[in-house]
Amino acid sequence: MISIEVVEETAQLLMKKAAIEIPDDYHAGLKKAALEEDGDLSSFVLEAMLENYAAAKEDGRAMCGDTGCPRWYVKMANEAQIDGGPIALEAALRRATANATHSVPLRPNRVHPLWRTDHNNNVGIGAPEIEYGFEPDGNWIDLVTVHKGGLFGTDYRMLFPSDGIEGIKRFYLDSLVAFGKRGLACQPAIIGIGLGGSKDSCMVLGKRAACLRMVGDRNPDPKIAALEDEFKELGNSIGMGAMGFVGKSMVIDCNIEVGYCHTGGMQMSVHAFCLSSRRAVARIYDDGRVEFRTDPAWFTDYQRRETVEW
Amino acid sequence: MVKDNKPRKIRLSANPTAEALADLHIGDIVYLDGTVYTAREGVYKRVLEDGIAMPMDLPARSAANFHCSPAATQHDDGSFDLGAVTATASFRFSKWIGPWLAASGAKLIIGKGGMRSNDYREHFVPHGAIYLTTVGYGTGALLGRGVKQVSNLHWKKELGLAQAMWVLDVENFGPFIVESDLEGNSLFERENARISASLDKVYEGTRPAILKRFGETDDRSDEMI
Repeated sequence: MISIEVVEETAQLLMKKAAIEIPDDYHAGLKKAALEEDGDLSSFVLEAMLENYAAAKEDGRAMCGDTGCPRWYVKMANEAQIDGGPIALEAALRRATANATHSVPLRPNRVHPLWRTDHNNNVGIGAPEIEYGFEPDGNWIDLVTVHKGGLFGTDYRMLFPSDGIEGIKRFYLDSLVAFGKRGLACQPAIIGIGLGGSKDSCMVLGKRAACLRMVGDRNPDPKIAALEDEFKELGNSIGMGAMGFVGKSMVIDCNIEVGYCHTGGMQMSVHAFCLSSRRAVARIYDDGRVEFRTDPAWFTDYQRRETVEW
Repeated sequence: MVKDNKPRKIRLSANPTAEALADLHIGDIVYLDGTVYTAREGVYKRVLEDGIAMPMDLPARSAANFHCSPAATQHDDGSFDLGAVTATASFRFSKWIGPWLAASGAKLIIGKGGMRSNDYREHFVPHGAIYLTTVGYGTGALLGRGVKQVSNLHWKKELGLAQAMWVLDVENFGPFIVESDLEGNSLFERENARISASLDKVYEGTRPAILKRFGETDDRSDEMI
């Protein structure tokens, strides 16, 4: 049985880690971009960002004043059981979110869409989002928190098979250029692309591609992996860098995830995970062990399965 | 890679003289000393639409309006814990900015992404104000370091922590980039023009979507196919 106290404690620590510590994979990607960047203003911005990560860690303060919208991805291994069940789990994650908002502190971003009511704790109707996945064999749960920025850099479009790769490239460039101007997307970013599914699942795939994969990893389908390489390079050839200044650092990496879709369609979503790519992960075992890491390892063979049985 | 032409760095008062502002060029890096305050849609509506009096003496106390909600909390004993500070996108405040500059006497608007050069020429230039953009936009920890203390928090109850008016005493508070000058030129628009010149080449080998959307045509009677 997984202890609910350990879940809550771990979740609160993850909230803090996500807000303060830039994940190593993104950090390494940004350092590389800073070396290659030759636009004078873009270079200044990337150097300032690297300084900022160091300051955040040294001072134990959030990297960015807009600490995004905290959300949770919970993955449960098949044999895992949580003390108090899923209701207790959700309560623990909501408490951890509220407590961390006060203690880190995070910005209380979440408000009612119409009445703008702010509970000052990032908790409200549907907030934080809690999404679930399952994995065969095991007695652990993975908690992943992502604090993605909320306003710019994301779009969806219904494409069709006849649009082809040329159409996918067009929408990809349109999204980067539109939101890259003045740096609204807070680039250079990890770009996630969702292809297929239906409108809602396409958005979910693209967001997870941006937030739940590591810089440098590749889709197991070699042709999709080649597209990821090509799209990364394409994004960095726009001539635009950080803050929309002349430069060449738009994309730290491009991750593509696919889902089976209607035979007539080819849904596409684009998501930008910003300069403060906040994610933190822990695995909690039923014997009380907790292991922290930065790789969500969300997209396993099981998550990408295409057969009836496993 | 050799990186010359580094932008110049300048210390500036948060109540700057006209001479100091005239000396700034777009693309300069600025660090502020003095007092800045946050004000965004909540404060603008309250002052400009509801006619409620300003809770502080502006611009005597500060001529620097920050479009920002800090990651901060106020403890039960009234003390503050302020971590990171980052701007929010300013283009959304266009409809209030003219009346606000008149009412507040602000000379520095600090935010994310700038505003349109039309706004600069119509509203900023007549008031002798300029726009400073935050960097990144995620240098929240560096900016947090520049805040020496929260000297006041106005309208917390009325507007909530994110929209309240935070008054911040700052020192070497930055970096910011000069986005508009006293003539109303915009750094972002200059950069966009340079980038746009080569976009056609980047788009080679792509194709517009077969199903159009409103907004891609101005004629609402058009079909989308």
